[in-house]
Amino acid sequence: MFTYMYNLFSSIDNQRGSILIQGLIFAILALGVYITYKILDFPDLSVDGTFPLGAAVTAVMITKGVNPFVTLPVAFLCGAFAGMLTGLIHVKLKVRDLLAGIIISTALYTVNLRIAGKSNVPFFSKDTIFTGGAIGKLFGDMNSTVTRIIVVAIIVVLLKVLLDLYLKTRSGYLLRATGDNSTLVTSLGKDKGLVKILGLSIANGLAALAGCIYAQDQSYFDVSMGTGMVMLGLASVIIGISVFRGIRFMKPTTAVVIGSVIYKLCIAVAIAAGLGANDLKLVYSVLFLVILVSTRERRKKVKENA
Amino acid sequence: MLELNNIYKYYNPGTVSEVCLFKDFNLKITDNEFVSVVGSNGSGKTSMLNIICGSIPIDRGQILINDADITKMKEFKRQRRIGRVYQNPALGTCPHMTVLENMAIADNKGKPFNLRFGTNRSRIDYYRDSLKSLKLGLEDKMNLKVGSLSGGQRQAMALLMTIMTPIDFLILDEHTAALDPKTADLIMEITGNIVREKKLTTIMVTHNLRYAIQYGNRLLMMHQGEAIMDKNAAQKEAMCVEDILEVFNRISIECGN
Repeated sequence: MFTYMYNLFSSIDNQRGSILIQGLIFAILALGVYITYKILDFPDLSVDGTFPLGAAVTAVMITKGVNPFVTLPVAFLCGAFAGMLTGLIHVKLKVRDLLAGIIISTALYTVNLRIAGKSNVPFFSKDTIFTGGAIGKLFGDMNSTVTRIIVVAIIVVLLKVLLDLYLKTRSGYLLRATGDNSTLVTSLGKDKGLVKILGLSIANGLAALAGCIYAQDQSYFDVSMGTGMVMLGLASVIIGISVFRGIRFMKPTTAVVIGSVIYKLCIAVAIAAGLGANDLKLVYSVLFLVILVSTRERRKKVKENA
Repeated sequence: MLELNNIYKYYNPGTVSEVCLFKDFNLKITDNEFVSVVGSNGSGKTSMLNIICGSIPIDRGQILINDADITKMKEFKRQRRIGRVYQNPALGTCPHMTVLENMAIADNKGKPFNLRFGTNRSRIDYYRDSLKSLKLGLEDKMNLKVGSLSGGQRQAMALLMTIMTPIDFLILDEHTAALDPKTADLIMEITGNIVREKKLTTIMVTHNLRYAIQYGNRLLMMHQGEAIMDKNAAQKEAMCVEDILEVFNRISIECGN
């Protein structure tokens, strides 16, 4: 079976492969942003801090020789904790949603530096989820790009299915109702604040998990790697949802995952057109603006609810 | 039984725009009463409902439900035994969830919101039957998003969702005011049937004097934070819309409007 998969993917060269890998990794982040932005209607900026938080925790654990697979749940929990703090600041201390996110993402910059010890931690010689343990034995002699695509794809599909299942549970219904009509949640005798905290925890857990896998793919941690993550996630969500709007049977989570890959492709095209690495953030921004304007996503929700 | 004892409520306290809405306000509603509340704008009708539900805090006083003090109880905890339908049909349903999901979420009120499946398949027939009783054709639209329904359909659903689980009080906050006359009549008819069937203790605020006369077994008129008229079932029988209008005119002359 794996030989078959190898043949399937062997046509993918390294450069195209890495676009797909990164698209899939950022799809995990985008799933998190989908929860906050689309389901909860909460513009969460703390993602800019929780993504590198996951990477920092991972870098430290891997350099200390911890099994790379252990980093996945640990990163998720660290991110979920940070997301919970954003929620608590917003709900309990009654700080506005945007500000609560800014407070946490700014604070996390220092926290991430403290965790990692320095602003840049490379770990090229260490085993990661892509090379260590069973995966290493299974795919040992294969093209490393193909291995990476398979590993990341399995994780993304697993998370997507889990999220889909969760959204069908009673707790998931409540999460959706909170973003849709928080008055109804109160009428149901539930504390909407707690639901928001729960949603923010899951979303930031996913963001940190994306950071964790991204760090292992790149084999380094950099303290500034979180800049622009909110936008990247949002862009993926908006592209995915609006491109596949007409297709009924497609779940929004699937659309978001594909949206993330499309967004990475767009950026790759921009780079191929001659833009350098230093221009990237500007490319992100301009592309995001183009997406926002062309999809008319600008605060449409407010009108719909009125 | 619901009791409001010596309620004081000030808006903007300590500022020049301080307004005293309730000053030593008292109200007692016994079980199985259906109270229609009328009154001009700003007379304190909706504020009274908000105080009962805990949406706004009071400055002094006591709120009792079945002799239990709920004055300090949080809004979402109080609402476990209270059902409330708002004027705005959008407030009672989730627009991005389907009719079925909305029914399921209302059915889960009072149960823990855990990781069990949100829609209990064995209850679908029950949902379909209760939607059918509304006679709005909603039973064929179970998988449609609620946001695509009309205001009347949404309000009917909101009403149905509110009474799906056992409640002590039904609170209707001008729930027909945003609907066209025909739909409003229909919703009122459904309301009357439900209240009669389930023997619910109900408080209904309305600006429609005809409904106030036609429905309920007690009539309350609010004015400047006081219940200036309180008629029981027998007295109410003898009243007509003109009688209420006449009181309206008298009080508005008194306060110089």
